[in-house]
Amino acid sequence: MIEGKAHVESLDAEHELAVGDVSGIDVPEEQKVSPARRMTLNMGPQHPSTHGVLRVVLELDGETILKARPEIGYLHTGIEKEAETKKYQQVVPLTDRVDYLSNLINNLCYALAVERLLSLEIPPFAQWMRVILCELQRIESHLVWLGTHALDIGAMSVYFYCFREREEILKIKEMFSGQRMMTSYIRPGGLALEPPRGWHKMISKFMERIPNAVDEFENLLAANPIWVNRTKGVGRVPLEVMLDLGVTGPLLRAAGLKIDVRKDTPYSSYEQFDFEVPTRTANDVYARFEVRMEEMRQSIRIINQALAGMPSGPWKANAPHIVLPDRENMKTHMESLIYHFKIVTEGFRVPAGSVYQVVESPRGELGYYVVSDSTASPHRVFMRTPSFGNLQSLGPMVENGLIADSIAAMGSIDFVLGDVDR
Amino acid sequence: MLPEVLGENPTALAVNERVPDGIIGATIAVDGPVLFIAPERIVSVCRVLKDEAGFECFSAITGVDWWPQEPRFEIVYFLRSLRHNTRLRLSVKLAEGEPLDSVTEVWRGANWYEREVFDLFGVPFRNHPNLERIMMPADWEGHPLRKDYPVHGHRYSYQDE
Repeated sequence: MIEGKAHVESLDAEHELAVGDVSGIDVPEEQKVSPARRMTLNMGPQHPSTHGVLRVVLELDGETILKARPEIGYLHTGIEKEAETKKYQQVVPLTDRVDYLSNLINNLCYALAVERLLSLEIPPFAQWMRVILCELQRIESHLVWLGTHALDIGAMSVYFYCFREREEILKIKEMFSGQRMMTSYIRPGGLALEPPRGWHKMISKFMERIPNAVDEFENLLAANPIWVNRTKGVGRVPLEVMLDLGVTGPLLRAAGLKIDVRKDTPYSSYEQFDFEVPTRTANDVYARFEVRMEEMRQSIRIINQALAGMPSGPWKANAPHIVLPDRENMKTHMESLIYHFKIVTEGFRVPAGSVYQVVESPRGELGYYVVSDSTASPHRVFMRTPSFGNLQSLGPMVENGLIADSIAAMGSIDFVLGDVDR
Repeated sequence: MLPEVLGENPTALAVNERVPDGIIGATIAVDGPVLFIAPERIVSVCRVLKDEAGFECFSAITGVDWWPQEPRFEIVYFLRSLRHNTRLRLSVKLAEGEPLDSVTEVWRGANWYEREVFDLFGVPFRNHPNLERIMMPADWEGHPLRKDYPVHGHRYSYQDE
């Protein structure tokens, strides 16, 4: 919090609000509120700034939040329960919809988990393709985050700029899979379809325009004194408290901790790429903004390296029992037809066991815990979603602050309700 | 006695030294060792892991329903050590209705995860700050992720049903 007072232009000019520090210093005497002055307000499930159906029950004294209690479950659709009734390959479209702003990364996590249970080797071309798609997805997710976060705070034009760039990524995803968002393109065994002709050129063209766009958006906001005033010093939670609460991702990186699953436990050939993990130490909304902008730049770097050094080879694993055959083979060869029929109708059996696979989602550590009982359907699919853990820090982050600061803080957590509720 | 499959795993040795009857079994899964912990010892084991073995943070807590096998529920704890860059999985097997101590005193963030396990599986946690339903509406009956709960539910969640 900015130490000092935020002067409010009101009818009685000597009315000044004392702004308290959120890091747990005792509330000064003049701020202790009698029950008669407390107001309980529902920042209800329908709200433009709660990024989905999140309910936050606020106890207020004027504009100061005394207590904030988030309530979730409004978007709970029972994805985990439904995954138990489907075959392994049928769970992939469900994973798209868990975190609907980073679909490919959820696909990848599930595919990696199942491939580990099957001990399936994925060819290098498919792995690098997955890296490109996931980094594009990361840029897309951060663009949406930037647009909506700025919109909440009041900088409305940024939203349109970000979504214009996002449109290019959606066109790329549509070119690959036919779908703009729920692509289900990364499946156990490799990719869903062969990458289309001209994919390299399309992504390269996008890579030419995105670095300028990222710089432009950052400059739009970072050079704006209103943005800086509204985000610097806001939404601080001490690092130990965040670790204790199970927070992961850019919130920890903005507090100085250099952790990133892509570096700590690399997956899908990330160890072959050269990129940095950006960190800041200020631990406020502005630092999280800077971290995410830098992450976009690092994603651009990874994609450029991948485009330059793309290996050649098959785009799916050589496992006829698990991976669907090419359509042409299926139409002309009897064995392929039988494999196709068996996989689609009966599915493939996965050896009994369990695995917890972790990837780095734009929101933090995303993990899928897949338990197999040696049938063609998973026994349990648990999705350790980053937003669920990050949202627990909402209470400490907004308490003793102003409502307007809580909007900025909520935006900086970057939670997605599909992630939280599943 | 430590199960032989763990070998000389230092974490397991440290836990075994502090909480002698904590580890009652182990297996090696695809992504590392899984320690089976006695239900009464879960809080002390977690405390040892956090304070001494360096597992400062945890990733998640969830449950698995093995109905009709007994014991029915398996509560799984995913732990993470940042300084050693390792992960560990703990597993506690519980029968139906058997309560389990909450680990919120070790990691505050276990709060919501244990609420979710209580809501969706019906496992009661002792010493939990606010054990109430988190995903389902507050007046819901039944625990949806149990294997004997149908996928489509017993009734709709509309108010007038």
